[in-house]
Amino acid sequence: MSGAGQALGSLNGLDGLGRADAPALRVDPRAMIVTTFLFIAVVSSFDKYDLLGLLPLVLYPVSLMALGRVSFRRIARRLLVASPFAVMIGIFNPVFDGRIIAELGPLAVSGGWISFASILVKFLLTVSAALLLVEICGFDAVCFGLGKMGVPRVLVSQLLFLKRYIHVAADEAARMVRAHALRSFRRRGMSFRVFGSLCGQLLLRSLDRAQRIYNAMISRGFSGRIHLLRERSVRGGDILFASLWIGFFLLVRLYNIPLWIGTLVLGSLA
Amino acid sequence: MSHHIVELKNLEFAYADGTPALRGVSFRIVHGESVGLVGANGAGKSTLLLHLNGCLFPVGGTVQVGDYPLTRKNVDDVRRRVGMVFQDPDDQLFMPRVFDDVAFGPLNLGLPRDEVESRVHGALRQVGADHLAERPPYKISGGEKRAAAIATVLSMSPDILVMDEPSSGLDPLSRRQLIELLRRFRHTKIIATHDLDLVLDVCERTIVLNGGRVAADGPTAEIFRDEALLMANHLEKPLRMQPLAGC
Ligand SMILES: Nc1ncnc2c1ncn2[C@@H]1O[C@H](COP(=O)(O)OP(=O)(O)O)[C@@H](O)[C@H]1O
Ligand SMILES: [Mg+2]
Repeated sequence: MSGAGQALGSLNGLDGLGRADAPALRVDPRAMIVTTFLFIAVVSSFDKYDLLGLLPLVLYPVSLMALGRVSFRRIARRLLVASPFAVMIGIFNPVFDGRIIAELGPLAVSGGWISFASILVKFLLTVSAALLLVEICGFDAVCFGLGKMGVPRVLVSQLLFLKRYIHVAADEAARMVRAHALRSFRRRGMSFRVFGSLCGQLLLRSLDRAQRIYNAMISRGFSGRIHLLRERSVRGGDILFASLWIGFFLLVRLYNIPLWIGTLVLGSLA
Repeated sequence: MSHHIVELKNLEFAYADGTPALRGVSFRIVHGESVGLVGANGAGKSTLLLHLNGCLFPVGGTVQVGDYPLTRKNVDDVRRRVGMVFQDPDDQLFMPRVFDDVAFGPLNLGLPRDEVESRVHGALRQVGADHLAERPPYKISGGEKRAAAIATVLSMSPDILVMDEPSSGLDPLSRRQLIELLRRFRHTKIIATHDLDLVLDVCERTIVLNGGRVAADGPTAEIFRDEALLMANHLEKPLRMQPLAGC
């Protein structure tokens, strides 16, 4: 495999720890998927000024990282790649929303800054939850889990094949680009015409490959459905995992726990 | 044992763009035979192999595997009996793990779970690849891919093994191991290849294709001695049969 293929492999890092023989955290992908989706829904539903109320939800990604032995750096690296988008979305809030809504001692904080911060926190929470889902269960298991939850088979197969052959396609593309570079000498870059025919070539090759893969599948009795041998069944522990977390999310959503603790502490001081 | 017969009668095939690839191929292979299919690039070897399990259907003539001519109705039956190993193992290993790939065929046959499991391990052991079961196929070496690809059809317990250029892209050691493996199989074998040394080691019979027709069909040793025939078909005497320089 060429450098490009390998770089792509480590870049997308779609193989989570779920592929390992002894994953640190054994949860059925379906339980994780449901929990992750509810987490994302709850996080998104917070008011844009309610920064404080969001904070307890940090517990979810942090404890998953600890339980699943996922290194913080692995997640942080990918968060960093995506973070410019979140910053772009929120960056003008402080400019347009100058209303003072909180005072930290001598510092007056405008609503714009608070909502900017809450966009960032929401982004960090939701994206890290999604990354952890793939990291802990493994990309393939998540796909098969989605399939068992009723996501159309075609879509699931598409995702699986995308992951399996993205390296192969990238490799083919890299070889073609290299062949072009070796013969174009001093001219740098690629003209639009050459680029177009290169893309066309790549498409044709992919179609050929698709046909060959299909041949290999029907040769082994494929008739529209991909079966797996070791299919997990949902166990009590999985249900407990999902319901405890979901209960926690709802609690955090309905009661502003930091505020409540704050008044409790202040009340006892008074 | 007539049920392992492969018989082609006047097989003709043209691709959709009009390229005639096979122009009347006939031969008969009986149980336990090991046959090398050789010929220049574009001679029609791969096209011929695709007819043996109904990936392609002939435009003219018939293909018979076992007791009946191959039709769209009995194609599932034939596919169970004919194990097809394709040229590029990347096409054959499409599942997340090698294990799932080897289990793919048996699961499609609807076999019970323990049976599938034991077949998968049996097939992997036969090709010396037990240790690859949990690996993703794109992270193993070329020789390992080839072994795994062979295991994916062995797990279906085919009677007939069909292989398209099995030694292409292998380093000398992996190639040697492949040859040893093929020699051990008791199956009826049909192997398309440019590797005449492999044919010499594995196949007692050779069929030479040229431009979609059979140019020669006979015992391997005889065919490889006929230098004029080999030349006419873009082939070269196996290294082992060439006189050493200076002797
Ligand atoms: N998918 C295809 N579409 C059109 N023509 C094809 C296709 N595949 C092969 N051919 C043509 O059919 C002929 C036989 O090819 P093939 O069976 O691949 O030969 P071999 O395997 O002996 O090299 C060649 O002329 C080739 O160009
Ligand atoms: Mg070929």
